[in-house]
Amino acid sequence: MIFYASKRILFTLPIMLGVTIVCFALVHLAPGDPLVSVLPPDASQVIKEQMMALYGFDRPYHEQFLRWLWRALQGDIGTSIRTGRPVSTEISKAVGNTLMLAALATAIGFLLGTLFGFVAGYFRDTWVDKAASALSVFGVSVPHYWLGMVLVIIFAATLGWLPPTGAGPGGSEDWKWNWVHVQYLILPAVTMSVIPMGIIARTVRALVAEILSQEFVVGLRAKGLSELGVFGHVVKNAAPTALAVMGIQLGYLLGGSILIETVFAWPGTGLLLNDAIFQRDLPLLQGTILVLAMFFVVLNLVVDVMQTILDPRIQRA
Amino acid sequence: MPERAQEILRSPGYWVTVWRRFLRDPVALLAALVVLGLILMAVFAPWIAPQDPFQGMSLQRLKPPGTEGYPLGTDELGRDMLSRLIHGARISLFMGIVPVLCALAIGAAIGVVAGYSGGWTNTLLMRTVDVFFAFPSVLLAVALAGALGPGLFNGLIALTLVFIPPIARVAESVTTGVRTRDYVEAAKASGAGALLIIRKHVLGNVLGPIFVYAMSLIAVSMILAAGLSFLGLGVKPPQPDWGLMLNTLRTAMYTQPLLCALPGVMIFITSIAFNLMTDGLRSAMDIKT
Amino acid sequence: MKDENASAPLLQVRGLVKHFPVKKNLLGRTTSFVSAVDGVDFDLRQGETLGVVGESGCGKSTTARLLLHLIEPTAGTIRFGGRTVGSVALPLKEFRRQVQMVFQDSYASLNPRLTVEESIVFGPMVHGIARHVAQARAHALLERVGLDPVRFAGRFTHELSGGQRQRVNIARALALQPRVLVLDEAVSALDKSVEAQVLNLLLDLKGEFGLTYLFISHDLEVVRFMADRVLVMYLGRVAELAPTEDLYTGSRHPYTSALLGSLLSMDPDRRTVAAPISGDPPNPIDPPAGCRFHTRCASAQAVCAKGAPGLAAHSREHWVACHMFDAGSGHGSAPAKAA
Repeated sequence: MIFYASKRILFTLPIMLGVTIVCFALVHLAPGDPLVSVLPPDASQVIKEQMMALYGFDRPYHEQFLRWLWRALQGDIGTSIRTGRPVSTEISKAVGNTLMLAALATAIGFLLGTLFGFVAGYFRDTWVDKAASALSVFGVSVPHYWLGMVLVIIFAATLGWLPPTGAGPGGSEDWKWNWVHVQYLILPAVTMSVIPMGIIARTVRALVAEILSQEFVVGLRAKGLSELGVFGHVVKNAAPTALAVMGIQLGYLLGGSILIETVFAWPGTGLLLNDAIFQRDLPLLQGTILVLAMFFVVLNLVVDVMQTILDPRIQRA
Repeated sequence: MPERAQEILRSPGYWVTVWRRFLRDPVALLAALVVLGLILMAVFAPWIAPQDPFQGMSLQRLKPPGTEGYPLGTDELGRDMLSRLIHGARISLFMGIVPVLCALAIGAAIGVVAGYSGGWTNTLLMRTVDVFFAFPSVLLAVALAGALGPGLFNGLIALTLVFIPPIARVAESVTTGVRTRDYVEAAKASGAGALLIIRKHVLGNVLGPIFVYAMSLIAVSMILAAGLSFLGLGVKPPQPDWGLMLNTLRTAMYTQPLLCALPGVMIFITSIAFNLMTDGLRSAMDIKT
Repeated sequence: MKDENASAPLLQVRGLVKHFPVKKNLLGRTTSFVSAVDGVDFDLRQGETLGVVGESGCGKSTTARLLLHLIEPTAGTIRFGGRTVGSVALPLKEFRRQVQMVFQDSYASLNPRLTVEESIVFGPMVHGIARHVAQARAHALLERVGLDPVRFAGRFTHELSGGQRQRVNIARALALQPRVLVLDEAVSALDKSVEAQVLNLLLDLKGEFGLTYLFISHDLEVVRFMADRVLVMYLGRVAELAPTEDLYTGSRHPYTSALLGSLLSMDPDRRTVAAPISGDPPNPIDPPAGCRFHTRCASAQAVCAKGAPGLAAHSREHWVACHMFDAGSGHGSAPAKAA
């Protein structure tokens, strides 16, 4: 077990290195001068060169990369060109907000998804199954940013039950767990939960249907085990995979929150990315993507190792 | 040699069987017809659209659906919504289908080569793919499009790069499954070289599953592309594009809610049609023997 | 004595070894391996049927695949008609035309996307035979293996029964007009009645096309019916090699005797009294030192755990790898050293 975990961690290192290379390359993929957003258009050549030297853009690529990587390992992932503050400071607040949103969305999606999936798998090929399947097709087909707009139109613009956008009176600086603030979280979280819901429902339906058709369940029924007992067995066997899917989905939501955060003006990493892109703040863009991708890699690793612990059937040498 | 008395009886091939099974699935068939209709609409947009999608009347801004002369209303610049929605199908379908096709060509090549070669070639190719797989797809698309800058072509590149890793992974795993089959061994034993075996024995058995997987990505690609446009990273105004229209009409959310939901309805219908068609094809291909 | 030339080996296998890596350390270096085939020598003579028997996992199928170079041997040489396989004198492609194989799983060994005809013509076309010639040959062979080409040439694998599929596989192998056919458990998955038909077909084809068979099976009765000589394998090594009747009536190696003891004879007088083998075969990752069979052998003595016995001639045609028959080995039952 410990051998497997350490092997898995060792295999993750080259991937992390690759991720840093991709993040670094992003800046150099960008057309034009990386300093275009801070320099006045009529800046002299001398000033331009001084600024290039200051940010290290005049060095060869591999040297720039190694310097950047070395600093990143020490926690310094650059300075925002626009605000002049460290990128890490800019990100830390946003990560918390996105995490809050994504975690709530995953929880809602997981609850509803497993519910639909279980019902569909249990009553396979009945109208219940078809309805649940239709719902999951809806979940994977709907453009969620549009769904967010529709929910705003219905619940904010028309009914006036919930606020449309933002993070409450305290903004991102002063969030509190009270109704005044939490009501701002409801619409984005519900919108976001549709993404994992469809996928979790599909997975759970397939799992339940497969487990129910296995010989050991047939055997348990033949031995006279109650339906509740059978249900217990199904839950026990489906749980590791379903939880793993949930973990991966959380990772996708963390990295893919940009569209929903833009619709709801939610002050998370997505909105930060949006700002970075349109103000051509490349260090901020690079840093945010690096942090989110690393989060995703680590989460995958944790899910994988956890699944091995939870599911004794998976033998990994 | 005497002429054969009887013509050889030929069984219907695999794809003929799949096609017949597909035709018996009403939901999938309906979805396929919707897709066909959308494609025809996109191709013949200039002839179908009642008005010029670029020409706005400043006095006719944000008219609700049902207005005289504008069956689906007008947008914030007074342009006919119906015409813009019809023209918008062009970019949406293009951005749904073309990046997936490009990624299919590249990803399938990577995956089949990796899967058939095994060993170091496999490790090298698949570990590289894993690096791109380590980014959530939305993040990767936004990052690439953000770095490259807005525009149709940059969006195409970004989305192609997003879909290469998953297609390569699927291709690698099905190819690895086929490679160790006895019929591949038998082909090797008859003295055939690797390229001939791949062409005659491997591709016929792996392209089907890879193709179905790629088809399931068309809806994802379209939603993602519209999402990039929605963020302002896709096509530039005044191009009629469903994602961009969603963005520009957001200002009318309180005054004309129905109007501003329309482009999203089109995206939704298209992606549902593609998904149901793919589901139907997948189950038609799942022939138990 | 027969003509010396006729008994010269068509196929000569020497020191064949195959190790499969099974475990790697953190750095990806192999730390342990299975020696699936560990130093196998035998000759295959023109026109004979050599049966290969042994429990599952003894290396029979690996030997077959090594023979056709479907997997690369770790060590060893294979010579065909006096020429080394893979050398300039005998390129692999030419060797593969001469030696063909029929696999156990009739379904998995036919490409599900190809028709019967397409599967059969593939091999000849690889060797540059025109399509219409190959098709004519395919139809003739289908006819010969008992499948009407009109009805079967255009069919797909899943439309055929197991016996029909195995006939197609035989036709496919014969389409290259080989001299040797390796039959790897070729009839094991078939129903008994179908099995008998296919075995008779194989016997007929052998005479008609002048074939040589390497017949691999775990079924001792079938091997006795088919083979001229029999090779017994245990954990990747040859235990005994003898003419069929010699082996079945006068086996020497305790493992062979135990294997035969598990056979039920119709004739109560012929039932052997040898002790049945106890327990499972040892783990091939960590095989026993010395004679690999000593952990399960009723006649094992101290010497058996020390050195591995070599394959030695017991009589002119009868070879055994056992210390009991090795003069001066130190085993109590061994004959005294020849004076």
